[in-house]
Amino acid sequence: MNGWVELRIPALSQNESFARMVVAFFALQAGDWSVAELNEIKTAVSEAVTNAIIHAYEDNLDTGDIVVQGQATPGTLEVTITDFGRGIADIVRAREPLFTTKAHEERSGLGFTVMENFMDELTVTSSPRQGTSIRMVKYLNLTTVQ
Amino acid sequence: MGFSTRYRGNILVVSLSGELDHHTADELRQTVEKELDKDIARHILLDLSQLVFMDSSGVGVLLGRYRRILAQGGKMAAYSLHPHLEHLYEVAALSKVIPAFASENLAVNELKKDEGLRR
Repeated sequence: MNGWVELRIPALSQNESFARMVVAFFALQAGDWSVAELNEIKTAVSEAVTNAIIHAYEDNLDTGDIVVQGQATPGTLEVTITDFGRGIADIVRAREPLFTTKAHEERSGLGFTVMENFMDELTVTSSPRQGTSIRMVKYLNLTTVQ
Repeated sequence: MGFSTRYRGNILVVSLSGELDHHTADELRQTVEKELDKDIARHILLDLSQLVFMDSSGVGVLLGRYRRILAQGGKMAAYSLHPHLEHLYEVAALSKVIPAFASENLAVNELKKDEGLRR
């Protein structure tokens, strides 16, 4: 089934579960995803939305928006999470496992590692003071076949 | 998310349910810290049978508690890992620091394994 969804939410931590649920429900009605795959999608979305809240807007309660877009084509789910915050200074470094700018806050530095492992494609685009966009693609049955 | 704590000897058993993410991590952190401040717990044991979701923010808060109990000479373990958490456990290599066991008793045996030797 082809389809799309777009969700614009304030960058607040209570919206993390809402965002991942919306994407999971969208994926569920668009394709025959397994429970394990849906859980991977939920986790990847949670990582991207959490990154936007913590890093793009630095946990500032008077904050900006996050846009979550989902696109489904037969066998494919594409999710894009966009913020309008500070941007990522060094994307290559940010994507390194265990790298975090906020170790003192008990951040594990595994957000991008989880996104990469749980989805099939990950593209990060970012501009200083303009924001960051995370595009993730997952292919139906690709992970279960392996 | 929900959680409850109890003691089994010198082991603080924390049962987690629901979803552990950035939003719910603080509550868990504060609860466990408060229990550790009582100086009863030598080890921490997590019941993960009802925890249906966790992301890397959850990993962060678990590793934070692991570091504290390790610094006190204790260990941390888990049991009944929910199937939804298996992939994250693997990607985050959590088994190396918070090994997951099939049952509470197996985990308790592991936690208490070296205790007799020191006494």
